[in-house]
Amino acid sequence: MPIVLIVAEQQPDGHLRKASLNAIGAGKQLADKAGAELHIAILGKDPAKVVDELKTTGAKAVHVGAAAELEHYLAETYAPVLSTLATELKADYVGMASTAQGKDLMPRLAARLKAAMATDITGLNGSGADITFTRPMWAGNVFAEVKLTTPVKVFTVRATEFAAAAGGQAAAEVKTFAPKIEASKTKFVEFKEVKSARPELTEARVVISGGRGTKGDFKEIEALADDLGAAVGASRAVCDAGWVPNDLQVGQTGKVVAPALYIAAGISGAIQHLAGMKSSKTIVAINKDAEAPIFQVADYGIVADLFKVLPELRAELQKLK
Amino acid sequence: MKILVTAKRVEDPESKIKVKPDGSGIVQEGLKYKINPFDEIGVEEGLRLVAKHTGEVVVVSIGGKEVQEQLRHALAMGAHRAVWVNHTGPLDQLGIAALIQKVAEKEKPDLVILGKQSIDDDQNQVGQYLAEFLGWGQATFASKVESLESAEEKNKEPAVKLTADKKAVQVVREVDNGLATLECQLPAVVTTDLRLNQPRYASLPGIMKAKSKPIEELTPEKLGVNVTPQIQVLKLASPPARKAGIKVPDVATLVDKLRNEAKVV
Repeated sequence: MPIVLIVAEQQPDGHLRKASLNAIGAGKQLADKAGAELHIAILGKDPAKVVDELKTTGAKAVHVGAAAELEHYLAETYAPVLSTLATELKADYVGMASTAQGKDLMPRLAARLKAAMATDITGLNGSGADITFTRPMWAGNVFAEVKLTTPVKVFTVRATEFAAAAGGQAAAEVKTFAPKIEASKTKFVEFKEVKSARPELTEARVVISGGRGTKGDFKEIEALADDLGAAVGASRAVCDAGWVPNDLQVGQTGKVVAPALYIAAGISGAIQHLAGMKSSKTIVAINKDAEAPIFQVADYGIVADLFKVLPELRAELQKLK
Repeated sequence: MKILVTAKRVEDPESKIKVKPDGSGIVQEGLKYKINPFDEIGVEEGLRLVAKHTGEVVVVSIGGKEVQEQLRHALAMGAHRAVWVNHTGPLDQLGIAALIQKVAEKEKPDLVILGKQSIDDDQNQVGQYLAEFLGWGQATFASKVESLESAEEKNKEPAVKLTADKKAVQVVREVDNGLATLECQLPAVVTTDLRLNQPRYASLPGIMKAKSKPIEELTPEKLGVNVTPQIQVLKLASPPARKAGIKVPDVATLVDKLRNEAKVV
């Protein structure tokens, strides 16, 4: 029986990265189409906490590789361990969420497995041995159907396009193994977390983003975000100018979000930005320029100054409470 | 130090990309071409590093004769010489990485800098494949902590730092929820993220000088690489268009729509 191996990711704080559940959801879809068995791999210094969460997501087995040297993620130490595991399992497909780690690790692992890879897949087609992947190109302006012809196939998953695997299913077999750690030419120096009291951009139900039109003043955006329990995002220009931290950037080269409600305030709607938010369920655009391209993708648009609209919007929403 | 930098030819990121009706490719007419923006950031970082530590920037591109335009652009920015791998026809990430591996083995640079992804296929793979093929360390998504509009940006310090013993580089990487710093022994592979630097414009004297800088021509055959693609693009399609929305006259109407029509508040 073919094997689909999904690599899960533990965050520096010890929790499971939520996008891993979406990758497992994609893995399950792939296993169904390919008539394959779903396996999960997790590496780390102490992955016990996430193993409990992973083992009831519907996989056949969870492979756990724990070692002190795996405390800080490095492609050079993780790729060989996963390559050995995938080879021993005779995995046909190896996938992971398109997180920073997934994007750094999977191509290195693919190179080791002499495998071709599809990045950021948004869909799966076909059945049995004839599986193809759908993936965005040109900043999401084109979607390609691609076929990988190497024996092992590697992919990363755009989390917003696949439902998260639900817990509470029959417990998978947990198989621990001792990872063989190779010497690394790279060493971990430090990780500086950017902390926020607001929800994570890629997981929030509501996202409010600001663009050039804010002139760097995010007070009104933050106030509305706090009223709605929303995440704050930004366009690339705003991050490049240093007005807000880089990790708030929504776009092709930033984060891809798909919340129930996306409010774009003072954002013109460059291709770059649209690629990161076009899948949102409902889009609201607030912009002084009636010709701004953002209005072409927005469900509801208001042609007005965001500094006037946002306080009014807060007041109106207060009335509903 | 000797730095090898890639310069892929891509459609201008501002171009409107249209898919051919039969899904076999994109409509080429009227498109402008540029150096991949992430690669251009790589050229800039290479130039800043050699300005600080002395050395040479060698730029490499793969494709037909037309990629010489992108090589000349990098040379006009200040790169010292160029390597052109003459190849027309399909090519995938495995093939590209294998070709650059051979060029790197020939040139023996201290550092290879590539864009983290090219803006046409958005794969984000070649740097990592290359690092594994060469057995080198990798630092992907190199970024800068400071704002690009700050004074620090203007004095053009390289963000990729050479360590005191000059045997490694320290690289700040943009990752989920923060910034990670790695130290990579040289030789190493670095891929650039957007905010690493602001590439310089090619000056007129730079453009004139670029005309006389050497471009060496290689081919996959000369490099001994089989580039038969293992990734087949079967079909291209436009994304489903979003239904055109409406403009509302005031905030009260907006809230009403969000509450009763979209049911999101």
